[in-house]
Amino acid sequence: MKVSGIVHRYGDNVDTDVIIPARYLNTSDPKELAEKCMIDIDKDFISRVKPGDIMVAGKNFGCGSSREHAPIAIKASGISCVIAETFARIFYRNSINIGLPIIECEEASKDIEAGDELEVDFDNGKIYNLTKNKQYQGQAFPEFMQRIIKAEGLINYIKQK
Amino acid sequence: MGMTMTQKILAAHTGLEEVSAGQLIEVNLDLVLGNDVTAPVAIKEMEKLDTKKVFDKDKIALVPDHFTPNKDIKSAENCKCMREFAMDHDITNYFEIGEMGIEHALLPEKGLVVAGDVVIGADSHTCTYGALGAFSTGVGSTDMAAGMATGQAWFKVPSALRFNLTGKPSKWVSGKDIILHIIGMIGVDGARYQSMEFVGDGIENLTMDDRFTIANMAIEAGAKNGIFPVDKLTIKYMNEHSVKPYTIYRADEDASYDETYDIDLSKIKPTVAFPHLPENTHTIDNIEDIKIDQVVIGSCTNGRLDDLRIAAKVMEGRSVAKGMRVIVFPATQKIYLQALEEGLLSIFIKAGAVVSTPTCGPCLGGHMGVLAAGERAVSTTNRNFVGRMGHVESEVYLASPAVAAASAVTGKISSPKELGL
Repeated sequence: MKVSGIVHRYGDNVDTDVIIPARYLNTSDPKELAEKCMIDIDKDFISRVKPGDIMVAGKNFGCGSSREHAPIAIKASGISCVIAETFARIFYRNSINIGLPIIECEEASKDIEAGDELEVDFDNGKIYNLTKNKQYQGQAFPEFMQRIIKAEGLINYIKQK
Repeated sequence: MGMTMTQKILAAHTGLEEVSAGQLIEVNLDLVLGNDVTAPVAIKEMEKLDTKKVFDKDKIALVPDHFTPNKDIKSAENCKCMREFAMDHDITNYFEIGEMGIEHALLPEKGLVVAGDVVIGADSHTCTYGALGAFSTGVGSTDMAAGMATGQAWFKVPSALRFNLTGKPSKWVSGKDIILHIIGMIGVDGARYQSMEFVGDGIENLTMDDRFTIANMAIEAGAKNGIFPVDKLTIKYMNEHSVKPYTIYRADEDASYDETYDIDLSKIKPTVAFPHLPENTHTIDNIEDIKIDQVVIGSCTNGRLDDLRIAAKVMEGRSVAKGMRVIVFPATQKIYLQALEEGLLSIFIKAGAVVSTPTCGPCLGGHMGVLAAGERAVSTTNRNFVGRMGHVESEVYLASPAVAAASAVTGKISSPKELGL
């Protein structure tokens, strides 16, 4: 499976409180959550983002609160993939569990800039930067996680078992 | 090769003789926890499964603590969803607000977690129970749903960092200063995916409440869990609070650690984390005058009886600074009552603080003490991210109950020593 889109760029330690502030956690509706996604660090994000766009960040993306509302908000905003140097562990497993594709790649995280156009191939973890005409190799998921992703989330995976 | 304490608990819950770092395993759970923010999402996910029954009605805990007492209609709907689920499934450990508390203070107090348990909770501070020698970790709502349905969760076995604690903390230094010191040293991703295993003879100088505070903030260093060995004090605590059988696991002598840090507790000074990350730590003697608008004393990190006693000792016979808002919120109804009976609450109220019912509200900018643009708070909570307690231009300084109470009196970030204590 491949996705392509324009990059929205963020730094290190983007926490789940800024991805979706607690004051909006009185709902779990993906559409409502998406409307407030990234509002505290990038208030224009939601008016800028187009379906298929890609989020690229630095170290420890998604740190802090375990709120699954964070990957839900990102996915519902239209983002097709998040690339980061590293992810915080709860965010990492939440993304897999809800079927939001994420890729760890230090080189891509360091090189990619806001507005770059990317194509990402989930089958082999390759990231193509069409703007810079470069290619990066992201980390492939272990087989166990690939089965969850293939089933489109943990709940479907359990159903199939 | 030997196993760490965490690895031993995980192996025992997997039915394997041995596990090693990096291995993917499916683990049997002793308890699955959710709150009014995360459980409604989990309940919706669980309903998608064909199995409509929970794996064990005694091994699920549901605590309405985040936006309770309900702050608005949507929050009330979320609590209603969780309450109805609890009734439908006859969940033993559902706590209505009159008997509740902030989940991570409540569960140990109710005896629901003991040494050797494996606990997942749809709340990042679930790592708190490591203080009891249990493996406990925060997960999301989908993991909670799967846990409620199957009694299992998948994990990558973590490697570990070892913190060798020696010495005795000096006056006005508590668990909060120790964990802030450690996070300042290793950073907010310093223990990412790893266990933080605390060892050493300095542990005997830490109260259970100190240990809960330290394990609670393991997540702020990115850790999967934080864990303490079981000693006499742990056993005393469990005997006083629980009827559940416990199992004591010890790390093998030849267990391997990614790193060992030696920490002399007697050298740690009162420590404050500046905005906007818990790793931005400064010791109290290196802080210039920083005027503050609000002080918050409470939360799953520092809302236990020891914390309130320390704060009361500092505030007794004193008044909060003019124009300062001080909010004290005991972490559970039981702590609230004990604090009332000991006279701590009257000390706070006479000093000019308000005392709130147990709630997570102010810690995450939900309700009960939200900050306006440009305002600064000293808080005994656990996160000081951008906008955490309110407006994106507000600031949160994380500190111990002693420093928070002293700051409430002086109006700026202060040590109790500045009050002659």
